[in-house]
Formats: sequence, structure tokens, C-alpha cells
Amino acid sequence: MLVFGIALCANLVTRRPYAEQYREAVAARPSAEFPLGTDALGRDRLSRLLYGTRSSLLLAPAAAFIATVIATSLGGFFAFLGGTWERAFAAFTDAFISLPWFFVLITIRALLPLNVEPVTSAVITFGLLGLLGWPLSARIIRAGTRTFLTSDYFLQARASGIGTGPLLCKHLGPNLRPLVLAQFWISIPVFILSEANLSLLGLGVAEPLPSWGSLLRELESLGALTGHPVVLLPAVLLVAVVSCFQLLLQYPEEAT
Amino acid sequence: MNQTRFFILSLLAGTLSVFAAEPGGELRFTMRVEPKTFNPLQAADEGSELVRYLTGGVLIRLNRLSQELDPELASRWKVSEGSRRIDFELRPNIRFSDGTPFSCDDVAFTVKQLMDPSLHSPVGDSFRTGPGETETKCVSAVAGMVRFPAPVASLAALFDQVAMLSAHSPKRDIAVLGPFQVAEYRAGSSLLLRRNAYYWKRDSQGRQLPYLAAIRLDVQQSRETEMLRFRRGELDLVNKLDPELFDQLAGQMPAAALDAGPSLDWEILFFNQVPSAPIEDYKKAWFQSAAFRRAISEAINRDDLCRIVYRGHARSAAAPVSPSNHFWTNKALGAAEYSTRKALRRLEQDGFHLAGGNLIDRSRHKVEFSLITNAGNKLHERMMSMIQQDLAKIGVHLNVVALDFPSLAERITRSFQYETCLAAMTNIGLDPNEVMNIWLSSGANHPWNPSQKAPATPWEAEIDKLLYAQNRMGEAAKRKANFDRVQEIIVEQAPVLFLVYPNALAAVSARVKNLSPAPLYPQLYWNADRLALAEPARAAR
Repeated sequence: MLVFGIALCANLVTRRPYAEQYREAVAARPSAEFPLGTDALGRDRLSRLLYGTRSSLLLAPAAAFIATVIATSLGGFFAFLGGTWERAFAAFTDAFISLPWFFVLITIRALLPLNVEPVTSAVITFGLLGLLGWPLSARIIRAGTRTFLTSDYFLQARASGIGTGPLLCKHLGPNLRPLVLAQFWISIPVFILSEANLSLLGLGVAEPLPSWGSLLRELESLGALTGHPVVLLPAVLLVAVVSCFQLLLQYPEEAT
Repeated sequence: MNQTRFFILSLLAGTLSVFAAEPGGELRFTMRVEPKTFNPLQAADEGSELVRYLTGGVLIRLNRLSQELDPELASRWKVSEGSRRIDFELRPNIRFSDGTPFSCDDVAFTVKQLMDPSLHSPVGDSFRTGPGETETKCVSAVAGMVRFPAPVASLAALFDQVAMLSAHSPKRDIAVLGPFQVAEYRAGSSLLLRRNAYYWKRDSQGRQLPYLAAIRLDVQQSRETEMLRFRRGELDLVNKLDPELFDQLAGQMPAAALDAGPSLDWEILFFNQVPSAPIEDYKKAWFQSAAFRRAISEAINRDDLCRIVYRGHARSAAAPVSPSNHFWTNKALGAAEYSTRKALRRLEQDGFHLAGGNLIDRSRHKVEFSLITNAGNKLHERMMSMIQQDLAKIGVHLNVVALDFPSLAERITRSFQYETCLAAMTNIGLDPNEVMNIWLSSGANHPWNPSQKAPATPWEAEIDKLLYAQNRMGEAAKRKANFDRVQEIIVEQAPVLFLVYPNALAAVSARVKNLSPAPLYPQLYWNADRLALAEPARAAR
């Protein structure tokens, strides 16, 4: 929450624009002027880190939300239909998962219009991740729904004459909620890392908008690691945030 | 007097360095692409060309340092009949690597193979300038002539790429005349070349060349791994280093980092001028305006690109020929000027105006376009970011997009779904005929509007005319005058913006002796027969 809060107030923490190139201060070491130094093009690292954190932490949950909504709707619906429909859907999700989706993503990204604003490109990138990242969650939610539909208390509720609507709203929804929330929280770090991977290929969020992915590209070369230790900051932040999400996931499990 | 003393000292130093380096040893470096063929006449890829260079014997060799032609297997030659005929005299007593003698018959056999249309030799294509048969005639075992059906520009220089084949050897496929011969090839892994015991060349002390006993070439695509292996002492040479890796090396091992100056390569930006391209008409109008293109050129700070992206290991470019190409560079063309003020004035004269920080055209469209390049190329991505900021100063909104290479190639060669493109061009040869496919309007690699049936603009028609005319001329000075004019037109019209000439950067182990780096390919080992190792007895891996 602290990281998220600081990133949201990025414009208050630093006055330097994230895209401005200070060409006379290229790859500068941390100083009063540039607290985290500058990158290879003379851009303020602090500003880029804050705005990059904002992009990644705002858009990854949005993508996770899209993926979870699709997964819950489709997984729950086909499990409810049961029989051939459910088996066909299971086969479809398995086939979808087995697709080399990373390459599919690269292809789709390459087919998109070229003249898009960096912010739009970030939304498109995470939007695509959300639209393509639902099958694993769908499989789990389908299995969860199936377990519920075959449970004794469901059969008893049904035998008691409760209608389909109340059954879904009062029984299925509350029973599935922990599962759905878990899928949502799991997806966030997955999408952050996916965008980082896409950025390593130069296909993530467009320049000059920073994201954790684009900031992590500085770690590509071995020499970068031995240069400025501050280049490791995005990686440290990424690990910290992903670990926090893992803790967040464990908390409800422990509580139950 | 001082000059004489310097010359004597240099000569002495050269002699001592040769003495310090005992014959023998295995030189190790890498190739990024493994050879697709060992037939020297069919070499088209980097790996095959490398093997051809190290194993093939040629009649005439282009000296990569002086850029003059040196006699090799031919001790003398004469070009006549308007560059259609070449008469040559071969050195006597030369033998192939299998011991069979080399004679004029082998030259005739090689030329026959070279000009055989069914072989599809890329080198042969350079000689095929008109219809008709090529005639070869041997006057004696060491003298002969070749007559081509049409004039061939730079006829003698083209023989630098023609490795002689054996007409009579029972081991015809492996018999070579170069300093090394293929000894072992492990597909996808390595290639071992051993010295040719019958190599004809000797040094000033009469010792037979090459000094090296062998060259081992490992197939290695990763630059990082290559540098790691170099630092560990597993490799002796690394060619074409990235500026970042070069500076890291210069910091750790200053003696090993070698900057040979501007290469022949260019980094360019070009505008899509294909009439059928699926882009808006008003954008086509911008890209077809020479004033607009020149204004964009003036707004780009090339010195910053050299200083920041290339870390000072590049020279800002203005014309199609690098200053490293001594003969063909047009010295009258000055450096590209950087002036946002001048760029804005030029744009205003062309009907553009600034409003609220945005550049607006005559039809009130905001000037915004995209620039594409290949993803994963860090230098290109940095250049794009800098160009983006430079153009913002004249109110141009640039959207930068990195695409995977197949998508990029598809867009710039087939679908033409792009607006501007940032690309690198690699030049191997010096002669403008080697880049005809780029400058001719009919050329498949004509960047801004390829494969035109007829030149789309009068200036492209003039370029075509000048290029065809120089191709038919024998006299180098006349050809140069024509090509100088071609360069002037390209700079005036700016269909392609030349950004930088990157330097040829390399890493060289201290144990390699007699190195004489040149900006031309193959920069470090062009004199492979004279390279030696300080510790030849060092055990191989």
C-alpha cells in the first residue's frame, strides 16, 4: 500500500517529468539534483521509477480483474451447464493454455495500429494480457463450481425447492468468492511479470512511458549490474510487491 | 629526417613483433551465423563469406587498409575494352592445398562456373551486366584473359570476391589456394581451419605464411557470452562490438578495446513514399515533400545520438557514403546541420505552422506520425527516444513502436503499413555498384518506395540515369563524378535521413600480433595470413 500510495503521488514526490532527457547528465550517479541518478538517456530515475510503479500497479490489477471476470463467467457457466458442454469447455481451455500465447501476444501486439499514445499502448498491452490470461483461472473456477454442484448441501438445497436464481446468488456466489479472489490476487503478479517479459522484447508499454518492465530492461546486460546499484531498484520493488501479494493470498487461507 | 627515423623505427617494431610471435598456435574467435555453403561462388551469408575469405585464393585482393588493389595470384593485370576485358598474368609455381598445380585452366574453369546461370552465384550476378557469353582464353599456363559481354564497373576489384577453384584436382571440392583450409566442421558448433601447407606467400624474411597453425571459429550468437568468453581468455578476437560492451571492456581491459573509426555502415531513417501505402493522404503529402523531410532531418541532433547512444563511438552522418570509404565519399557534402529554428522556418515555408506547441499542416492536421524499428535493438530504441524528444521541439508528435523483426520486414517490404522506419544498413563493399539495389528506383531494397516500374519522381529518374551511366563507364574518375551527383541528389531530396556511421569496435587479446584493424569487412582478420600469436604453444581448450 505504501508503494502504491507513493506511486500515486509521484507528481508530489518529484517535479521532474519522466520523459525529459537531461542530455548533459547522462547516466549520472545519485545526487541532490537526481536522487536516484539518471538513466542512459539522462532521464531522472526516481521519476521514472515512481511513474513506472504507477503504470504497473494500476494496470496489472485492471488486467487481473478482466481475466478473473471472464474466468468466473465462463468457468461457472459451463460447469453449471455440465455434461458435453462442460467437457467441450474443459478441452477448449486446455487447448488455449497449450497455445504459445506469448508469441500470440507478440503477433497481436504487432497487428495493432502504430499511432497510439504511450498511455493507450499501456492500456492495450495490459488489456490483451487480461483478455488472454483467463484460462488457468477458468479451469480452477470450473472445477470449484463442479465440486459445489455435486456437494450434499447443494443437493439438499435443491431438494428443498430453492430456485436456480437464489441457489446461485445465496449459495454458489459466497462459496466461490474465496476461490475467485485468490485467482484475482494470483493474476496480478503474473501480469506484472508478463508485461516485464514483453518489455524485455521491446513490446510492452511504449516509450517514453515507463513501466516496471521497461525499467527492468536496464538489467539485460551483465555490465549494468556492476555499474549503478540503483538499476536494481525496480527489481527489488517488483520482488517486494509480488511477495506482498503472496502474503495477502496466504492471509485469508490462514484465517479460514 | 624525423620522418625517416620514424619509418625505420616502425619497420624495426614491425620486424620485432613478427619475431616475438613464433609460428603456430590456434587463433580463436566466433561467427554469429554458421556457413550455409563451402562453395565460395555461392557464398551469400556472413558465415560462408568468412570461410571464403580465409580459405579462398583470389587473383586480386582489395587491401582493406589502403583500399587499393593488391596483386595476389595474378602478379599483373590490365583492364581494357571499356571495362569488358581483363588480361592477367599468374604467379608461377603455385599449388592448391592438395598439392596440384594452379594454372590458367583453373581461372577459366572458375569463371565458367561463376557465370553459369544455373549456379545462381551472388558474386556472378555482379559480373552479369548484359546478355551474351563470357569468353576466357589461356595464352599459356600463367597468362590469359576474360572478356565479358558488357562493361563491368570496377572489374578488377570484383575479382576480390572470386575464390579460384581447381579444374583438375581429384579433391576439387576441398582444394583451396588461401592461407587456410577447412579441417573439421561440427554443424551448429564449430569450424576448424588449418594452415594450407602449400600457401604461396612468404614474409620479408622468407618464412612461409600463414604464421598461425589453425583458426577455430565457434558458432556463438550471444554477444554477452562472447564477451564473457573473451574475458576468460577463451577467445582472441571479437568483432562488431556494441558501444556499451566496448566501454565496459575499455574500463576493465583498456589494451584489449580497439576502435577502428567509422565503419561503412549507416543508421538511417526513411519515410514511406509508396503511393499505394495504406496511410492517410495528408500524411503521404508530408512524406512526399522534400522540405518536410529536410526539416525533420535538421531537427534531429545527430551529435547527441553519437555522444549518448553510441558513447562517442560513431560519427554523425549526412551522406550515403561513410568517410571511411576514401575514394567514393563526397567531400563536398558537409555535415548534417542541427537547427530547430531552421527546421521550423523551412516548415513554415512549406505551409506548416505551430499552434499550442503542435505543428499543424495546411489542411489543419496535427503532425503526428509513427516511427518503427526492430524490437530488442537497444541502440535503436534509444535513438528513437532521442528523436522523439528532438522532434517534439518543432511540435511534431512522434509515436515510437518496436516490432518483432518478421512484422517489421513485412510492413516495410510488402504491406507498407508504416509511416517512417529506423533501420541499420550494413555495407561490405566500397563500390556504389554494390548498393545499386538500394538506390535504383526498381530495386527491391529501395527503402522508401521499392520495386517501382518507372521512377515515381524526376529526381529518382535522374539517380537511375546516373547510376546506369556510371555502371557502363570504365574510368573511375567519371564514375566518381556521377556518383557524387547521386549523393548530392539524395542529400537534397532527403528520402533517407542518414543519422550516424557507427564505429568498428573490437576486442583483441594481447597475445594476437601483427593486427592491423581496418573499418572494412573483415575488420580484424583481413590480413589473417600475417596474424600470429605471442604464445602459440598455449594449450587449446
